Amino acid sequence: MSVSEAPTDMDNAEGGVAPTGTAAFLIEFQGITKTYGQGQTAFLALRGVDLRIRPGEFLAIMGPSGSGKSTAMNILGCLDTPSAGAYLFQGTHVEHLDRNQRALLRRHYLGFVFQGFNLLARTSAQENVELPLLYRGEAPEKRHQAARAALALVGLSGWEHHTSAELSGGQQQRVAIARAIVTQPLVLLADEPTGNLDSKRSHEIMELLVRLNQEQQITVLMVTHEPDMAKYANRIVHFVDGVVSSDSGEETPACS
Amino acid sequence: MFLNTLLLALREIRRNLMRSFLTILGIVIGVAAVITMVTLGNGATRAVAEQISSLGSNLLILRPGQRLGPGRDGVSVPRFRIADAEAISAQIASLQAVAPVVNSGATLVAGNENWSSAINGTTNDYLVAGNWTLATGRPFSEDEEKLGRAVCIIGETVRAKLFSQQNPIGSPLRVKNFSCEIIGLLASKGQGAMGMDQDDMVMIPIRTAQRRFTGNQNVSTIMVSMKDGADSARVIAQIGDLMRERRKLADHEEDNFNIQDTKQIAQTLSGAIGTLTTMFGAVAAVSLLVGGIGIMNIMLVSVTERTREIGIRLAIGALEHEVLLQFLIEAVALSAFGGLVGIILALIACPFLANLMQVPFLFDPSINFLSFGFSAAIGVIFGYMPARKAASLDPIEALRHE
Ligand SMILES: Nc1ncnc2c1ncn2[C@@H]1O[C@H](COP(=O)(O)OP(=O)(O)O)[C@@H](O)[C@H]1O
Ligand SMILES: [Mg+2]
Repeated sequence: MSVSEAPTDMDNAEGGVAPTGTAAFLIEFQGITKTYGQGQTAFLALRGVDLRIRPGEFLAIMGPSGSGKSTAMNILGCLDTPSAGAYLFQGTHVEHLDRNQRALLRRHYLGFVFQGFNLLARTSAQENVELPLLYRGEAPEKRHQAARAALALVGLSGWEHHTSAELSGGQQQRVAIARAIVTQPLVLLADEPTGNLDSKRSHEIMELLVRLNQEQQITVLMVTHEPDMAKYANRIVHFVDGVVSSDSGEETPACS
Repeated sequence: MFLNTLLLALREIRRNLMRSFLTILGIVIGVAAVITMVTLGNGATRAVAEQISSLGSNLLILRPGQRLGPGRDGVSVPRFRIADAEAISAQIASLQAVAPVVNSGATLVAGNENWSSAINGTTNDYLVAGNWTLATGRPFSEDEEKLGRAVCIIGETVRAKLFSQQNPIGSPLRVKNFSCEIIGLLASKGQGAMGMDQDDMVMIPIRTAQRRFTGNQNVSTIMVSMKDGADSARVIAQIGDLMRERRKLADHEEDNFNIQDTKQIAQTLSGAIGTLTTMFGAVAAVSLLVGGIGIMNIMLVSVTERTREIGIRLAIGALEHEVLLQFLIEAVALSAFGGLVGIILALIACPFLANLMQVPFLFDPSINFLSFGFSAAIGVIFGYMPARKAASLDPIEALRHE
C-alpha cells in the first residue's frame, strides 16, 4: 500500500540528502511564484520569493492585506504548490510532490494553527488532539498519552473532555496548538493565530508559541499583521505585492 | 489503517445520532417493506398451491347458467339431473369419477352439542373427485346411494365440534329434521386457502338430500374428475356437446351451462397472486431505492456541512483515500444497520400479518439476504459519490469554506 510506503520513501530521500551537509536550511524558497487563475484573469500572488529558514527560527511574516502572506504560508505548509520556483524542505525538492505525498509530509513534519481554530465540532479536546495521531496509525494508549501530554503543555490539563463549544476562544486556540504539536512536528505554521482573540489572550498564545519554539525546538512560522505579536518572533519578513520587501535578518540564527 | 478509519467513521455516526437515524429510516422502511411484501406474497402463493393439490387433479365443475357465479341467468335455466351425471360417466372416455352434488346447509345436533355446517348430497365419486380419503368407517353402499338411506360421512371439523374425543362411527347425527347414522369420517385436509375450512362438511347420499332437503330432482353441480394425462380441452368439448344434446339446444343457441376447469382457475389465480407479489415487491423495491437516495442526500448534505472538517482532516495529513474510506464505511455501516433493523421489523411483522391474512408464514432467507445485500450496496453506491466529492476537495478550498 502506497500509504505505508510513502513515508519510508520520504525518509530515505532525506537520508540521502542530509549527510551531504547542504541542508543547513530547514526550508528554502528559490524564486517561488504563484499564479491564480488563467489567461485574462490570471493573478500573480507571489512574484519570485526567495526565503531561507533555519531550524529553530521563530519567523513572523507581516505585510498588508493581499500581499501574498497566506499564499506563501500555504506553499510553505505544503497545502498548495507553487506555479514556478523551487521549494526545498530539509534539502529535498518538494515543489512537485503530488497530493498524497504532500499530505504525508504534513502528517509527519508539519503542524497547523489557523485563525479560526478549526476544531472538529461536537468533539472533545482530547479527540481533537488525537486526530493527527489516528491518521499516523498510533496505538490507542500512545494516542491518549500523547494527547494528554500535549494538552498539558498548552496549559489545558483537566479540559480534555470539553468540546469546542464549551471552551473560550483562547482555549480553543490552545487545543488547536496542542493538535498541531502532538505529532512533534519540525515546523509549526500559524496563519494569523491571534486574529480572532482579544489582546490578553493573544499575548498568552504568543508566549505559548515562544515557549514551544524554545523548549521543544519547533520552528515557528507565523503570519500576523499586529506588530505587537510580531515582536515575539526573532525574525520578521515583510511582504509587499507578492515579494519580500524586507527581512530582519536571515543570517542571524535564532537559537544561538 | 482500516481499523482507524472504521473507528473514525463510527465516531462520526455516534456524534451525529439524529442525522444517522434519519439517514437509515428510509432503508429500514424499504427493507422491511420488501421482505414483508415478498414473504406474504410467497405465503399466499403457497396457500393457493396447497388448495390446487387438495382439489384433486384435473377436476371439472359443471354448473347451470352461462356464467360463473349465481344470479345472472335466474331460475329459468334448466338444472342438471342425476341422469346427466350418469350420461357423462357412461359416454365420455378418460374420466375417473363423476359426482353430482346437491349443496345445502343445516344445523347438526349430536347429544347436547350443535353446529352449523355444509351438507353435500353426493355419491362416493365425490371422494375421488375431491381427493378425500376416509380416516375411519366406510363409504356409502350401493343400496344406501340408490335408496337414499339416512347415513352420513362427516368431516373432521364436524367431529371435533360435536363429538370431541369419542369415535363417532355408528352414532346418530341429527341433520336439520332427520336423524342419520354416521358411517365414515373423512381424513382432515386442514385449512384451505384464504381460511376456508374444507373439513367443515357432511356428506350424505344424493337421493337422501333431494328427498329430505330440496324436495326435487335437481343437482347443483356435477364434479368431473379426469384421469391423469387426459386432454382437458377435449373432455370439456365432449361434455359440452353431450350437454347441449341432452338439453336440446339448437345450433344458434348459446350454452345454458358452464364448465369450469378448476386447475386452470387455480393456476390463473396463483399466477395472478405471483404477479401481484412481484408488483408489490417492485413497489417496495422502489421505496428501498428512495431510501437509498435519502442516504445519498444526507451524505451530500453532510459533505457540505463537513467541508471545513474535511479541510482540517486533509490539512493535518489525512490522505484522500482515507477520507473516502471513512465516508464509505459510514454509509455502508449506516445502510447495513438500517437493513438489519428492517429485517428484524419484517420478521416481527410478517408472522402477525400472515396470521391476519390467513396465509402461511414462509421464512425466505434469500429475500432477506437479497434486501440486506441491496441495502449495503445502496450504502456503497450512494455513499461513494459524496465521499468522492469530499475526498477530492482541495484542503485550502475546504478550509476556506463558510
Ligand atoms: N484561490 C485564489 N484564487 C484567486 N486569487 C486568490 C486566491 N487566493 C488568494 N488570491 C489572491 O492572491 C492575493 C494574495 O492573497 P493572500 O495570500 O491571501 O494575501 P494575504 O494573506 O497577504 O492577505 C490576493 O489578492 C488574493 O485576492
Ligand atoms: Mg491571509
